[in-house]
Amino acid sequence: MDSNRNSAPKSAHAASAGGVEPNYLNAHKGIWSWMTTVDHKRLGIMYLVGILTFFAAGGIFALLVRTQLLGKIFGGPGKQDWLFSGDTYNKLFTLHGAVMVFLVIIPSIPASLGNFFLPLMLGAKDVAFPKLNLMSFYVYVLGGCFLLFSILTGAVDTGWTFYTPYSSTTSTSVVSAVMGVFILGFSSILTGVNFIVTIHKMRAPGLTWTRLPLFVWAQYATSLIQVLATPVLAITLMLLAIERTMGVGIFDPKLGGDPVLFQHFFWFYSHPAVYIMILPGFGVISEIITVNSRKQIFGYKAIAMSSVAIAVIGFLVWGHHMFTSGQSELASAVFSFLTFAVAVPTAIKVFSWVATMYGGSIRLNSAMCYALAFLFLFTIGGLTGLFLGSLSVDIHLHDTYFVVAHFHYVMMGGTMTAFVGALHHWWPKMTGRMLSEFWGKVGCFFVFVGFNITFLSQFLLGTKGMPRRYANYLPEFQTLHQISTVGSYLLGLGFLITLIYMIQSLINGEKASKNPWEAMSLEWQTDSPPIEHNFHVQPVVKHGPYEFPEIDHSLARGGH
Amino acid sequence: MNLGFALGHLMAQAANTASWWKPIQASAHASSVDSLFNFIMYLCFFFFVLIIGAMIYFVVKYRRKEGVPIKTSPIKGNHTLEIVWSVIPGILLVIMFAWGFKDWLAIAVVPANAMEVRVTGQKWNWTFTYPKEGIVSPDLVVPAGQTIKLVMTSKDVLHSFYIPDFRIKRDVVPGRYSVLWFDPAEEATHQIFCTEYCGTSHSNMLSKVKVLSSEKYEQWIANGGEEEGGAGGKPIPLAEKGKKLYESRGCVACHSVDGTAKVGPSWKGAYGTAHKFADGSSLASTDENYIRESILVPGAKVVAGYPNVMPSYQGQLNDKQIESIIEYIKSLK
Repeated sequence: MDSNRNSAPKSAHAASAGGVEPNYLNAHKGIWSWMTTVDHKRLGIMYLVGILTFFAAGGIFALLVRTQLLGKIFGGPGKQDWLFSGDTYNKLFTLHGAVMVFLVIIPSIPASLGNFFLPLMLGAKDVAFPKLNLMSFYVYVLGGCFLLFSILTGAVDTGWTFYTPYSSTTSTSVVSAVMGVFILGFSSILTGVNFIVTIHKMRAPGLTWTRLPLFVWAQYATSLIQVLATPVLAITLMLLAIERTMGVGIFDPKLGGDPVLFQHFFWFYSHPAVYIMILPGFGVISEIITVNSRKQIFGYKAIAMSSVAIAVIGFLVWGHHMFTSGQSELASAVFSFLTFAVAVPTAIKVFSWVATMYGGSIRLNSAMCYALAFLFLFTIGGLTGLFLGSLSVDIHLHDTYFVVAHFHYVMMGGTMTAFVGALHHWWPKMTGRMLSEFWGKVGCFFVFVGFNITFLSQFLLGTKGMPRRYANYLPEFQTLHQISTVGSYLLGLGFLITLIYMIQSLINGEKASKNPWEAMSLEWQTDSPPIEHNFHVQPVVKHGPYEFPEIDHSLARGGH
Repeated sequence: MNLGFALGHLMAQAANTASWWKPIQASAHASSVDSLFNFIMYLCFFFFVLIIGAMIYFVVKYRRKEGVPIKTSPIKGNHTLEIVWSVIPGILLVIMFAWGFKDWLAIAVVPANAMEVRVTGQKWNWTFTYPKEGIVSPDLVVPAGQTIKLVMTSKDVLHSFYIPDFRIKRDVVPGRYSVLWFDPAEEATHQIFCTEYCGTSHSNMLSKVKVLSSEKYEQWIANGGEEEGGAGGKPIPLAEKGKKLYESRGCVACHSVDGTAKVGPSWKGAYGTAHKFADGSSLASTDENYIRESILVPGAKVVAGYPNVMPSYQGQLNDKQIESIIEYIKSLK
């Protein structure tokens, strides 16, 4: 944070030489220059590569899980094992969950796109602590290595939730997996601290809090949760490791511990973590919808403040994961009420996004298609949360496929759809190349249709009473499971198409201009790809992020 | 969306019977849970159509057209609209909360006249103990029209006791008792699932609720919890009884009878053969005492190459039942 603001307007000849100045990708050469870089853009790209690799791995685990659930065709009548034994299946769904949550969704938008675009959007040269940023990347890699080590030494079969006393007694490699997640938590905390300081201290002249792009607001709320909640997870997992390695009774009743205590600790982090996962997605959607509707966001303050409200109330709803656990009746009632309370700011956001499109001029590029898909899927994810927030209905649906479908609609239909949409939106800036619009829409179609086939059928399975984490099932569930599996293959195909045209774009994609979507926020005012120090001249901000030239101010009566 | 409407329609038709996507309503509680479920579902359909309908309408109406100069609305917000769309959902949310809370309180309090059954969960089977009669059963056999109170605990890890037809579920925790109750109205059989992940055979930790008429239930009690005798009231051979116990008491989850190794060693040839144990000791020929010990104190002699994970069946199988199992194993050569 030292020199960035002081070095404000650069000399004029530096600006005029902008055309030939090398960009961040070719300013330094060689592997070593990447491994030791403190450039937030390069770190963002490195995170992106890591996250996409783990996303592919997690996706393959998911497809294996779904293939097992095609059912009895993998084993004669009466045989217990289908394609995989119960133990193998249990490891597969645990790996799918742990990889997707801790290595993909939590870091997805903040670590990759947040790192890349937050300083650009603020008009800064870098994040506040560039070296700390490099360190959190290596902490992330180290955490990933621990998880990989755990996979190679027999994997884990506890589910990504590590519930005790199963996790304190199972013979699989729990300790290395738990240490992996523990370490990943520090990466998350360090990134969060870095972002908070950057947003507070490194905004360009004129960039007031109400002129911040909503993506920045969302990152801010996310970072607050990362810093406040992640230490609790770290402590919890540490206690679990201590119990396993030293036999100190904390959670295992055989040693005098309390297994329900673990659930309180775990969800005290992991419910806010749901908002760590979804809030950055909200930020992305606000950007994509405004830019492609050429309009002011509807209710800027309401959207910004609802992110903060969600971050705050989100800390007080963890008990809704535990309605059947035996926590006190009063606690359950309070948690149910607060769960409904958190639905209000979420609803405000959805209504505001839809209202933003009113009276706009809508460009349906692939990023916008993903944003519309997000609205569709996230609305279903949010609405089905109402069933689970209601105490009596949740008792029936808890730990069934209804819950599985619900959180996939939120996490995957919400966060991952926003993430992929964001990749399409910012791809030209990051790589200097355009993506194929045609194939972008084809990919989006398969992802959208495949996703709905996969998970709508799971709502029905759950309502029918199909429990989650089952390696096999009773015959009455087979048809719906098979439909779901076919959907998952379509979904996989959609992502495969996306991967192919992304690689094609890197090789010979059309060159991107500075600002292909004619956006107003600062990241679009520099070259594509940006130069090493982001801007030729310190930008000065004179207007809000969504004041597009197409807005017809002569109509500004009545509205607001 | 069409799918949504079709579902709603189906729902309305499928009131009290099992539909292709909903379990039957086996109790008054089940139908009141479903009423709230339906209320929320219709609200969801309404808001979904409203939101997504508006979205599609805007996309079509305001889609950018070539050659037309772009002018967009300067609207930044509208306080009235924002208050309306915060307050109305707010009120609906309070209604949903209150409704769910009310129904849930009703099942949180056990009626005074309930008949008590003890439930024990362990990897990977359920056992039901009738405290007055001292009967232990692998199925939850209950008389119709009688309120049943379940007092549940676990011998090892977390389990969760779930009967979809009654819309009830409760975690079963080691070192604690948790309580659940239900009102079986009619003679029927209902599925029981374990819904808290518990390891290798979690998906096979199944059982049944068998609701009998009170006469049949009395008969079942008088038989000491045995289903029924052999054909024509003749006693059935011990080995056959043992086979039933093998299937109903969870042995099947870990032991095969065809020689394949599962979590535990196969029962085929387990009697009268040489065995090596994990502690280095061995037996030249296994006998009745070895099998009995393995059922009651499973950790005493663990067959080499297998984990020491079997729970004790002390107190859950009586001498007659253990003899039946021994006879069954003897028959598997």
